[in-house]
This record gives sequence, C-alpha cells and structure tokens, in this order.
Amino acid sequence: MKLTLRVWRQRAADTEGAMSTYEVDDISPDMSFLEMLDTLNEDLILRGEDPVAFDHDCREGICGACSLVINGDAHGPERTTTCQLHMRSFADGDTIDVEPWRASAFPVIKDLVVDRSAFDRIIQAGGYITAPTGSAPEAHATAVPKPDADFAFEHAECIGCGACVAACPNGAAMLFTSAKVNHLNVLPQGAPERETRVLDMVARMDEEGFGGCTLAGECATACPKGIPLVSITNMNKEWLRATRKAGKR
Amino acid sequence: MARTVWDSSVGKKTVMAVSGLIMLAYLVVHMLGNLKIFFGSAEFNGYAHWLRTLGEPFLHHEWALWIVRVVLVAAVVAHATAAYQLSRRDIRARPTKYVHTRRRASYATRTMRWGGVILGLFIVWHILDLTTGTVHPNGFQSGHPYQNVIDTFSTWYGNVIYLVAMLALGLHIRHGFWSAAQTLGAGSRTRDRALKAIANVLALVLTLGFVSVPVAVMTGVVS
Ligand code: HEM
Ligand code: SF4
Ligand code: FES
Repeated sequence: MKLTLRVWRQRAADTEGAMSTYEVDDISPDMSFLEMLDTLNEDLILRGEDPVAFDHDCREGICGACSLVINGDAHGPERTTTCQLHMRSFADGDTIDVEPWRASAFPVIKDLVVDRSAFDRIIQAGGYITAPTGSAPEAHATAVPKPDADFAFEHAECIGCGACVAACPNGAAMLFTSAKVNHLNVLPQGAPERETRVLDMVARMDEEGFGGCTLAGECATACPKGIPLVSITNMNKEWLRATRKAGKR
Repeated sequence: MARTVWDSSVGKKTVMAVSGLIMLAYLVVHMLGNLKIFFGSAEFNGYAHWLRTLGEPFLHHEWALWIVRVVLVAAVVAHATAAYQLSRRDIRARPTKYVHTRRRASYATRTMRWGGVILGLFIVWHILDLTTGTVHPNGFQSGHPYQNVIDTFSTWYGNVIYLVAMLALGLHIRHGFWSAAQTLGAGSRTRDRALKAIANVLALVLTLGFVSVPVAVMTGVVS
C-alpha cells in the first residue's frame, strides 16, 4: 500500500505545531497502525529527520498507552486501540490525518504525545481500596453476587487511554472517572470509601480542567473497551447519593 | 451542601436537570391551557381569570399565580446561569479543534446551547408581549388574553418568532428530557428506549400543541 500521511508535528509543549505531509510506501495491510508509523520513522531517521513521537507500550490493546486521533476518530475507524488497528482498515492511496488527543487537561508534550498524568491524579483521589497487605485473602471470604462481579469487571476493563476525553466535544473525563468509580463502588472491598471515592474523584476531575458531560455520547462510541454511556448515569447516581449522605452528617 | 453542589460540574448539571424539569412540567400545563382558545373567547378569558382566583380563599387573589411566577423565574435564572458556566468550562476544556473534523452528535444535542439562547430570548419577548403588553402590537388589553393572542398572531413577526421558538423548544426537550434522566441517575440500559420515547413524545406533543394556536389564527379557525 502507498499512503499519504498528514501528521501533527510539534517540537515541544510551548512551541507552535502544524500538520506535516509524508508519503509512505510498501505498507502491508497486515501491519498495525503503529508498525506503519515505525516504517515512516525509519525512513525519517535515514533521511536525518526527527522521527514522529507517539506513545505506545504493550501493543496488545491492554496498557492504554497508544493514543492517536486518526481521521478525526480517537483510535481510528475500528472500535479498538490504535495498536490493534490494522492497515487493512484503509485503502491503497488513502490520505490519513493523524493528530494527538486534544484537551486542555492533556497538553501536548511532543508531536502526538500528550501528558495524561491528570488521569493519575484522578485515580490518586479515590481510585483505590484500603486493604491490609500481606498474604492473599481466602478467595471465598468475601462473597460478591455474580451480577455485581460482572458489573465491576465490565468497568475494570477501562485501560485509561483517554480516548473518551479526546472524542468528547467538551474534553470531559466523565466516562473514565465513571468506569473507575463504578468498578470499585459496587464491590464490598470498595464499600468503606464508596462516598468519598466518588466525591473526591469528581472534584479532582473538575480541578484538572476537564469539561462537563452534555450526554453527546462520543466517549462511549470511541472507547476501545466498550465502557457504556450509562456508566456516567450510574456515577451521577453515586454522586447524588454521596452528596445526600454528606449533607446529613 | 448547596455550595458543594453548585461548585461541582456534576452538581451544576443536577441544578440544570431539576430546573429544566420544573419548566417542562409548567410547559405541559401551559400548553393544555392554551388549547382552550379553541373553545372561544368566553372560555379562554374565563380560564385566564380563574388562574388568578386559584387557591382562594386560602390564598389571596393572584397569589397562586405569583408563586408559580417566582418558582419559574428562579428555575430560568438557575438553568441559564448553570448553562452559561458549564458551557464556559466545556469550551475551555477543549480549546483546540481537530484538523480532521466530521459531523458528530445528533442535531438536537448540538443545538442545546443556541436553542437555549433562542428560548431565553423568546421567554423575555413572550412576557413583554402577552403578560405586560410592553411590546404588544395592537393596544394590549389586560384581562382580554383572547384578543391579545389574536393580535400577536396577526403580525408576521409574531408568528415567525413563535414558530422558531417552538421548534427550538421541541429540539431542546428531545435531548433535554433524556439528559435530565441521566443526570439524575434515573437512566438505565433497560429504561433507555422508554426514556427516549417519552422525550420524543413530549417534544412532539408540546411543539404541536403550542404551534396549533398561531396556525389556527393564521388560517382563521380562531378569530
Ligand atoms: C433560559 C433559556 C434556556 C437556556 C439558556 C437553556 C440552555 C440549556 C443548556 C446549555 C443545556 C445543557 C445542554 C447539554 O447538556 O447538552 C440545557 C439542558 C436542559 N434544558 Fe435548557 N435552556 C433554556 C430553557 C429551557 C426550558 C424552557 C426548558 C423546559 C422545557 C429546558 C429544559 C432543559 C432540560 C430538561 C435540560 C437537560 C438537563 C440535563 O442535561 O440534565 N431548558 N439547557
Ligand atoms: S473509558 Fe474507555 S476510552 Fe476512556 S480511558 Fe477508559 S478505556 Fe479509554
Ligand atoms: S500500546 Fe498498549 S494499548 Fe495500545
């Protein structure tokens, strides 16, 4: 395959960026999108140019590092991570636009790499449980009803990639935060911090400069792990419940 | 607690949902009341008079009406203020557009802000036109709403303003009612289709009900 790429190039956080055009040739349809970018970078290095910086790690769709907006879609046209997107989703001769996640809470560091540490700080605010460490507890000590376990697992699938923020017209982190809140709030292990978790994580989300939810639904469409929009509804319910309880105290 | 609610984006959205639902409930009653115009001037004017005597003798003359007015003004102010502040936050959170753009969310979803502005301007004009009579076209007569309504809908601009606003209202409710259910945590996977259907029915019934009045005046059914 022969492709024309238009890639966002930006030397550093505080410099202006722009789209640069590159031609790549000999691309196999079986390559992943990242392998295609590797090919471009090898070319650039041979020509003595600066390779395109992009985030990646596992390349298995489980770590959440890869993060490209491809032709206006976070993670591109398929519902998967950028690393699991293959070139067979494109046609020979295509022009492909590659941009970084866009949100003021995710500033660009270089080219296609953005700083997602705001997510870490949301997790620090409440995305944990308090439990004694040491040897693993007896597996049957805490029974979890099957529907709750399924619900928790569905939300635990979130890999923190930030595609939801990138796709949201308001740069909101509601889907990510709701996945984390719902995952822990439904489990007995998460019960002691059920109220503070949702209040603190939502407050942190606001402080980080993410936008609010207007129920546009773009996040759930972009999410490679299929976290559903109704997760946000559920987090709202948890937030209202916690606020009522805090008001009574 | 009021402070924590107003300071949080989720809390402010709750204020929007509750104030929106209060306005929505009022609009259903208001629309049904308007349909009395089809039974003639005596019945319509009588209904308007009855609204002022509502709650008597427990309440003083017009008190019920004033209570409703105060609640509605509070709802409009809270709704519009929260909408403004949340919109500012949203725009600040996403300052850079993508170079490669495409059409996204539905029309009703994308027009909530401008539709809301149209509704806000309409509410002001509507009160100045048919409540205070300040901008009324043809000698506003207090206590004779039937004639006032006919006068308003005998001008081209009265009809245009009203029809545009009612279309905006239908779109606003279509996304707004379903959104409010999500904001208040009342949505769920099993209820989603029902909520969307209720939103569409409410939007359609309110728009058609309100629009029927100027259409009836324009076509001479009501004169
Ligand atoms: C003063 C004029 C108004 C303005 C400026 C306004 C603006 C807005 C905005 C910006 C939203 C948020 C949209 C979004 O989340 O995408 C909204 C939501 C909503 N509006 Fe309005 N609106 C106005 C009047 C009304 C009226 C008259 C009603 C009554 C039917 C109404 C009912 C609602 C409802 C139910 C919501 C959903 C709240 C939620 O998302 O939880 N609005 N409005
Ligand atoms: S909710 Fe989905 S899109 Fe958002 S961070 Fe988690 S996995 Fe990525
Ligand atoms: S590189 Fe790990 S999910 Fe894509």
